[in-house]
Amino acid sequence: MEKRVVITGMGIYSCIGKNLDEVRMSLYEGRSGIGLDPARKAAGYRSALTGILARPDLKKVLGRRERMCLPEQGEYAYVATCEALRNAGIDEGFLKTREVGILYGNDSSVAPVIEGVDIIRSKKNTVMVGSGNIFQSMNSTVTMNLSVIFNLRGVNFTVSGACASGSHAIGLGYLLIKQGLQDCIVCGGAQEVDLYSVGSFDALSAFSMREDSPCEASRPFDRNRDGLVPSGGAATVVLESYESAKKRGAPILAEIVAYGFSSNGEHISVPNVTGPIQSLEMALRLSGIQAADIAYINAHATSTPLGDYNEAKAIYEVFKGLSPYVASTKSMTGHEMWMAGASEIIYSVLMMRNDFIAPNINYEIGDEATELLNIPKKRIDAVFDVFLSNSFGFGGTNSSLIVKKVK
Amino acid sequence: MDIRNEELIEKINQVMAEEFEADPELIRPEAPLMETLDLDSLDLVDVVVLVDNNFGVMLSAQDFSGLKTFQDFYDLISRKMNEKK
Repeated sequence: MEKRVVITGMGIYSCIGKNLDEVRMSLYEGRSGIGLDPARKAAGYRSALTGILARPDLKKVLGRRERMCLPEQGEYAYVATCEALRNAGIDEGFLKTREVGILYGNDSSVAPVIEGVDIIRSKKNTVMVGSGNIFQSMNSTVTMNLSVIFNLRGVNFTVSGACASGSHAIGLGYLLIKQGLQDCIVCGGAQEVDLYSVGSFDALSAFSMREDSPCEASRPFDRNRDGLVPSGGAATVVLESYESAKKRGAPILAEIVAYGFSSNGEHISVPNVTGPIQSLEMALRLSGIQAADIAYINAHATSTPLGDYNEAKAIYEVFKGLSPYVASTKSMTGHEMWMAGASEIIYSVLMMRNDFIAPNINYEIGDEATELLNIPKKRIDAVFDVFLSNSFGFGGTNSSLIVKKVK
Repeated sequence: MDIRNEELIEKINQVMAEEFEADPELIRPEAPLMETLDLDSLDLVDVVVLVDNNFGVMLSAQDFSGLKTFQDFYDLISRKMNEKK
């Protein structure tokens, strides 16, 4: 028998707040977390725009070995996961006696790779990279580290699905619990923000050049958008079977009801319309929820000219005749990439539980596709029960999750 | 023991205590190196890096066999430094 899958804990570390309360306030007030990193210019970047966040100081929290193996995005993921487990009411005893898994989205670990290779090139001796570099530099760094730190004994691997990584991680966790293969899985997404993390992405001229007004640079759906703003951090959701959550009296924050996915099968970087339509329709079909009942769509929209245009066309096609609110929280956070699919579930659950829809800041006037959508320029105070979250990525990977309130 | 050796030992103790977050009070010539610093096989890689960066000599895996106390460690680094001269 298929299980219902609920969210019992959430944790976040992002450029708009280092915990759920700070993030909720930023969303409510439409506050941007974007700024300039002058070091990027010195390093040869076209754009110095980035989400601004400080690395947490874990010296008094984790031991030397744990810290040595944990890269920047792993530190963010550790902090987010501590918050998520805490508010899920999960303690060490639970983790030691239950089979808790971890599926986390992460698709790079650039800084440790560069640091390691630089040392090997200059010293001509692999030993000189030290013992932590290998564990920091693999894509699976977040799951390999957190599974050890938190003594996790269930499913354990990393999901690398480009900018949909975090969303796919939650989708896969949902499927495993739904099928009764796991009771509880720590899911999420992490994204590094260090100096070299997105250098090769900057090379594609995909980033906004609006450096004179950083808070206005990320403007999804707006006619004058000129590219995305890279950002990062980490987001963790604790997924659990409804039965397990009820049995232990855990807080039930929301229920995941569908995971739609697809692949464009075309260009490596240019998005299309049919792939996202397929993903959206699959999610709607599996959820058993009518399109008319979806009040809010947290769009993937990153502020790139073609990406937002094509997503707007896909949403308009699938929701023809309806007018759900469509907004991109990336207008405030920038593009959190591997983390985005997970963080945007958290942003949306926070809105749903606090009766508002955050504004799509910087949206002034749409283009011929985006102007057909119902995009809120200001915060909407509204009670709603169901939302859909889109995440797309390079290679044409698409993910759509549908989440509803549990009454 | 001459002054230079005392300085060397002091520096070895300092860098090892700092890197491996050990209580400096526990570091004595007769104390067991691995147990006092809570070292495992991964940490030995970092000992090699630390010694090269601070004392300019390269240790090999063979150098660690038979190494028991801090005094053994001081002697090893001192010998390697002398061989390099």
